[in-house]
Amino acid sequence: MTAPTHESQGHRGIVTELITFLESRTRASWGEDVDLFATGGLSSMFAMELVVHLERTHGVSIRGGDLRLDNFRTVRTMADLVLRLRTDGATDG
Amino acid sequence: MSTDPDNGRTALVKCLVWDLDDTLWKGTLLEGGEVRVPDEVRQVVQELDTRGVLQSVASKNDHDLAWTRLERLGLAEYFVLPRIGWGPKSESVRAIADRLDFAYGAVAFVDDQPAERAEVAYGLPAVRCYTAEQAASLPDLPEFRPEVVTVDARRRRHMYQAGFEREAARSEFTGPDEGFLRSLDLVMGIGRAAGEELSRVEELTLRTSQMNATGVHYSASALRSLATDPAHEVLVTTLTDRFGPHGAVGVTLVRKDAAVWHLKLLATSCRVVSFGVGAAILDWLVDQAARAGAHLVADFRPTDRNRMMEIAYRFAGFTEEPCVCRDAVPRPSEADVQRLHLVSERRETPVTMVVEAVDLA
Repeated sequence: MTAPTHESQGHRGIVTELITFLESRTRASWGEDVDLFATGGLSSMFAMELVVHLERTHGVSIRGGDLRLDNFRTVRTMADLVLRLRTDGATDG
Repeated sequence: MSTDPDNGRTALVKCLVWDLDDTLWKGTLLEGGEVRVPDEVRQVVQELDTRGVLQSVASKNDHDLAWTRLERLGLAEYFVLPRIGWGPKSESVRAIADRLDFAYGAVAFVDDQPAERAEVAYGLPAVRCYTAEQAASLPDLPEFRPEVVTVDARRRRHMYQAGFEREAARSEFTGPDEGFLRSLDLVMGIGRAAGEELSRVEELTLRTSQMNATGVHYSASALRSLATDPAHEVLVTTLTDRFGPHGAVGVTLVRKDAAVWHLKLLATSCRVVSFGVGAAILDWLVDQAARAGAHLVADFRPTDRNRMMEIAYRFAGFTEEPCVCRDAVPRPSEADVQRLHLVSERRETPVTMVVEAVDLA
């Protein structure tokens, strides 16, 4: 596996990366606060792909109760989750 | 001899790759003259097809000429992903196995030329190789004899062929994910396992390690006896789309009590992961439990292969939160089984599929 390349990014960098990923996967454009799973959007199946993407690209591990669908509902909530998990990870270490 | 590490039996061949000249047929196509398929070889092709063994072709030949000949012989329809050209056969066999997502140990190769068999065996040591003389007797070998031949086995080739058409449609589709799923006209059926469905249950529990949520194995005979127990529901999920049937794709085992339904097993085929079948089954079950006024408790044991199912459970709303209803469920027999809980509520059917299901409540 390749090394995570976005680990040092802040909120803005994560948001930009996620929007690029979504647009390449869906060939549609997405805003930071758009509900990805509202009707006409993405399937819950795609949420699983997002979990894997966040872990591989942003160097976090998403476990247990953090796997709530609400954490993956918008680009902003996903960026919040990544930042929080990085902080938790740093505290634990 | 290749054996299955899980049960020590001879590992089944899931795909047999045929050479053409002097193997499938007598004669050499490019040297002119007629080629002829012996009756016993034709019967082998048809018999393996019936058993659900996929078949393909790796031949050094002119592609269009050879394929046209297979069509005229009435055999072309039996072969998936044929590789007819001039590259090394080990590369052809590798490409076929990779495209099918089969381990090389589940693939066999039959060719009259010792050098070709050696080349395949050198490049892919796990592939089992057979001589042309053995071709007529392949169906007698244990590796070509599945223990149960289900309705789905008999149409496995059709399901794979439909799958390739589906993939082609996916790659041409532009737009949101959900739009593609809607375009498939998915119909998910959920019914009680009885009669022929029980053989599908057996096959699924053997095949679905990746999406087996509990990591707790239920044998087919255990499920068979639970199917007749009034407290338990053994449910089979089937899936169809506009390209054809996927067959049975999921097994669910639930014990129903007044206050709580205990979800003991949820296994779905990895072939249908991308259609969100696991999530759709969970949503349906949550809705059924809500109608009955029961909470849901689900068994889950993390393994290195069932993370996708954990995500499906969590996204469906299962948590570790305490609830008095947990006391009504007997303690798990294995220490590493987690119990996830959910307060059920009415849920709508997914917009991406039609659900035709029994009423449990």
